[in-house]
Amino acid sequence: MTNNIASADRPDGTPRKGRAVRLSGRDRIALAVMVTIPVIVVGGLVWFPTFASIGLSFTSWDGIGGITTAKWIGIENYNQVATIYPGFWPAVRHNLIWLAYLTFVATPFGLFLAYQLDKELRGSRVYQSIFFLPVVLSFAIIGFIVQLVYSPTQGLINGLFGTDVDWLGDPDVNLWAVLVLVGWRHAGYIMILYLAGLKAVDPSLREAAAMDGAGEWHAFRTVVFPALRPINIVIVVVTVIEALRAFDIVFIVNKGRNGLELLSILVTNNIIGEASRVGYGSSIAVILIVFSIIPIIVFVWNSFKETEKA
Amino acid sequence: MSDARHSSSGPSEVSATGVSRRKLLVTGAAGAAAAYGLSASGASARGLSSSIFKSAAAGSTSFGSNASDPVPKKAYANVFKAFTAKTGTKVDVNTVDHNTFQEQINSYLQGRPQDVFTWFAGYRLQFFAQKGLLTPIDDVWSTLKPQFNSAFQNASKGADGKFYFVPMYAYPWALHYRKSLFAEKGYKIPKTWAQFIALCKKMQADGITPIAFADKDGWPAMGTFDILNMRINGYAFHIRLMAGKEPWNGAKVKAVFNTWRQILPYTSDGALGLTWQEGAAQLVNKEAGMYMLGTFVGQQFTGADAKDLDFFPYPAINPKWGQDSVDAPIDGFAMSRKAKNTKEAKQLLTFLGSAAAENIYLKSDPNNFGANKNVSKARYTATQKKSAALVAGSKNIAQFLDRDTRPDFASTVMIPAIQQFLNKPDDVNSLVNSIQKQKKAIFGF
Amino acid sequence: MTTVATTEDTRPVRKRPLSVSRIILHAFLIITALFWLAPVAWAVFTSFRPYADTAKNGYVSFPNTLSLDNYRNAWSQAEIPLHFWNSMIVTLPAIVLILFFASMVAYVVSRFSFWFNVPLLIFFMAANLLPPQVIITPVYQMFLRIPLPTWLSESGLAYDSFVGLIAINVAFQTGFCTFVLSNYMKTLPKSLTEAARVDGASVTRQFFGIIMPLCKPAFAALAVLEFTWIYNDFFWAVVLMSSGDKRPITSSLTGLSGQYFTDNNLIAAAAVLVALPTILVFALLQRQFIGGLTLGSTKE
Repeated sequence: MTNNIASADRPDGTPRKGRAVRLSGRDRIALAVMVTIPVIVVGGLVWFPTFASIGLSFTSWDGIGGITTAKWIGIENYNQVATIYPGFWPAVRHNLIWLAYLTFVATPFGLFLAYQLDKELRGSRVYQSIFFLPVVLSFAIIGFIVQLVYSPTQGLINGLFGTDVDWLGDPDVNLWAVLVLVGWRHAGYIMILYLAGLKAVDPSLREAAAMDGAGEWHAFRTVVFPALRPINIVIVVVTVIEALRAFDIVFIVNKGRNGLELLSILVTNNIIGEASRVGYGSSIAVILIVFSIIPIIVFVWNSFKETEKA
Repeated sequence: MSDARHSSSGPSEVSATGVSRRKLLVTGAAGAAAAYGLSASGASARGLSSSIFKSAAAGSTSFGSNASDPVPKKAYANVFKAFTAKTGTKVDVNTVDHNTFQEQINSYLQGRPQDVFTWFAGYRLQFFAQKGLLTPIDDVWSTLKPQFNSAFQNASKGADGKFYFVPMYAYPWALHYRKSLFAEKGYKIPKTWAQFIALCKKMQADGITPIAFADKDGWPAMGTFDILNMRINGYAFHIRLMAGKEPWNGAKVKAVFNTWRQILPYTSDGALGLTWQEGAAQLVNKEAGMYMLGTFVGQQFTGADAKDLDFFPYPAINPKWGQDSVDAPIDGFAMSRKAKNTKEAKQLLTFLGSAAAENIYLKSDPNNFGANKNVSKARYTATQKKSAALVAGSKNIAQFLDRDTRPDFASTVMIPAIQQFLNKPDDVNSLVNSIQKQKKAIFGF
Repeated sequence: MTTVATTEDTRPVRKRPLSVSRIILHAFLIITALFWLAPVAWAVFTSFRPYADTAKNGYVSFPNTLSLDNYRNAWSQAEIPLHFWNSMIVTLPAIVLILFFASMVAYVVSRFSFWFNVPLLIFFMAANLLPPQVIITPVYQMFLRIPLPTWLSESGLAYDSFVGLIAINVAFQTGFCTFVLSNYMKTLPKSLTEAARVDGASVTRQFFGIIMPLCKPAFAALAVLEFTWIYNDFFWAVVLMSSGDKRPITSSLTGLSGQYFTDNNLIAAAAVLVALPTILVFALLQRQFIGGLTLGSTKE
């Protein structure tokens, strides 16, 4: 740990770089403790297992007995996943569709809702609660809702509109049916995050833009949206991660089979269960990590830049 | 079942600990019956069991249960009460829901398992026995042997020939139908494939879906695969195939899928989007004529409908095998390797295998029949009687696809494969080749 | 300290007269809200119907009877009070620990300029973004090998113990809170701690005496989110808790599904009961929630 620290130079905007402060020994120990304990917890329970998983992905192991019973087989798992596992490529494709859908439909809709609700509006809070409601519901009730809405014989949609669509069983349809509900949950989450972000936009800026005669869309595009830049980074990461972590709704519908394959589900189906294929599942998990790590790096790099700039 | 649910829904009866005095009396009587059941089963058995029972006056053992439904949960509670009344040994029960219990079995057995736990016969038993996660219980079986016929005895053994399992009950898979519908339309129970297809055509002409079919959850269609395979290729081939010892891309397995394709036009539309309960609803409402499912389908029939429900064995296809095999999964108990109270656990297993224990349990479970030979048939429902007769009359008993093969193969390969077949029934070649490749990867040969 | 600009919404509320565009906006929002509510309302409605009724007539049918029976049965069958208590045993300490750990790291990262600030943030943030399936096997194996005194864990292990469940939730969620809190702390004027430091206050005094109290709005917001996430978690509990009677409420709901038969109406009733606390928490803390959630704010 260095002795010289520059005191924080925000938020009053007056940089005080170079005004080094010498910390006392006790202070240094205190700061060290404050950092070390959380580092041990997170390192031990998240990062260590992550690297262990990467190691396991090169082995064949049924999860029974000590780790010594795992057999090193090199990249054989990856080879099999990519060549003979019928669920893998559909899963990759579905994760990408998921990502595209969240990015271009659900997230913009959440932003749109947030923008509208940020206006001084009667009942704004009630609307916010309603749109946020799906986010706080547990998987159990969502699962029931899926069945209620989409069941081909007893569901709300087919019952109400007299249609005869096999919403959950037809592999060409079920992904989209599920995505509607996913958007239903995701938009509320994004809305809340944007509402928090929009508060940061100086309302006078917005009004100035609007009074200039510029249209609302123009004002939004040129003034509000750029001001939302920091939060946009968060939103992008949240969206990407949600798309990669997508799991629960699909798991409830049919355990991620028959047109609903997703990477996280393949990992779960292989790792968790009787006689698990830990090595095999771990290799899919590692592929998932690689996909996840890219947005994580982009995100952290950007927030770092923010920190430097401010 | 449904009736039992509703009648048991009064708040005072449902609470897990709230046992009315009346119930205790019933249990006491059952305990007496237990004593009778054991002594009836042979002199040597009596000698051994009583010595086991005497030796531990006030020990305790533990039981990991997957019976989370209120009805079986209560039934087990009654069984344990009888056990404790008889032996003084207490039973600590840990109940986890059925699916979670099953999926977590691997970590459960390596973690802190209870002494005795609910499990299944078949490859699923042998697998964990081979992995050294179970305790062999040959000594328990020295008492139990005379009480079970050879099919149940064989189902209780590991690959090493030792006993690892005590069977409790079983239920067959068969074609269910409504007697009133068959009577009304003059349908006859088909014995052969030709008759079966003819019946399907007739039903379709009558505007009825011939065969209810639902496979959203992935496992129900396995029942159809099993029976077709056993009817076409015989039981021995089926078991070897399940053990990974036969190729999946050979002519025999292709024949199964090709035969299956013949009846797909007669099954429910959109089967991949239906739960078995929705499939059963089609049978209840007479929208469908037949339904290949386990006898638990009876849980969807209430009141008069329940009496109208009947079943018959799947028609013969290859005359060489006739109708000699049936899927009849057996549920029962095993003892974990990490069991702490070995003596008490064995005592409990001996009791659980007894006719007395099964009598108590089966009272509340009208869709399964007892594994023990001496179980009281007086109270059997028509379904239980027919089930027992069907299984007793079958030369071979299979356990169901996901119990007869490696669980990882069943869930990660076979469920998606069968669903793919249902989506694209014409592409059998590439399907069986894909299964074969994955089989090789999983079994390692 | 009174002049601290928190990010709480301080704009004057000027109710505008209802213009045409406002009416259109309201119409749009009301219709959207109805779409949003419909599935939930439908589920709640169905939870009042007995299974026998919907099994026979389908879910889209006129109800013959509406009753609280499903709720009554769910309450006792799912042992809601017991499992709700389990959820609290896990959730509340976890939230406290998460906020405590996160604020310590956020404090160091936001108020001092160490070389390791950015790597540290990456270390914490990225941990929160990993899919939980990725680490479950090693975590499970570790938990089987971590001994705990029996007064902490009946099983004598981190496996099948509340402590273990709390620990994994803390480890997984600390990153997100660290990020939000560090952003929040950056908005606090540095002059506050400066004065205290000149007076000779130690960093711990500055942290506990000045920074922590000012973070209350952010704590409230994060507590709401974390409550929702941990309370609704089902993944960790199912794998790491083998005793059925120690499972938190969300994972215990699966106990209502039978081997074959599942009474969906009963589950719906149970799910509504389970959802009530999260809805309540959100409703009560909504104002603080949005106010305290600072994600890279630029306003000062």
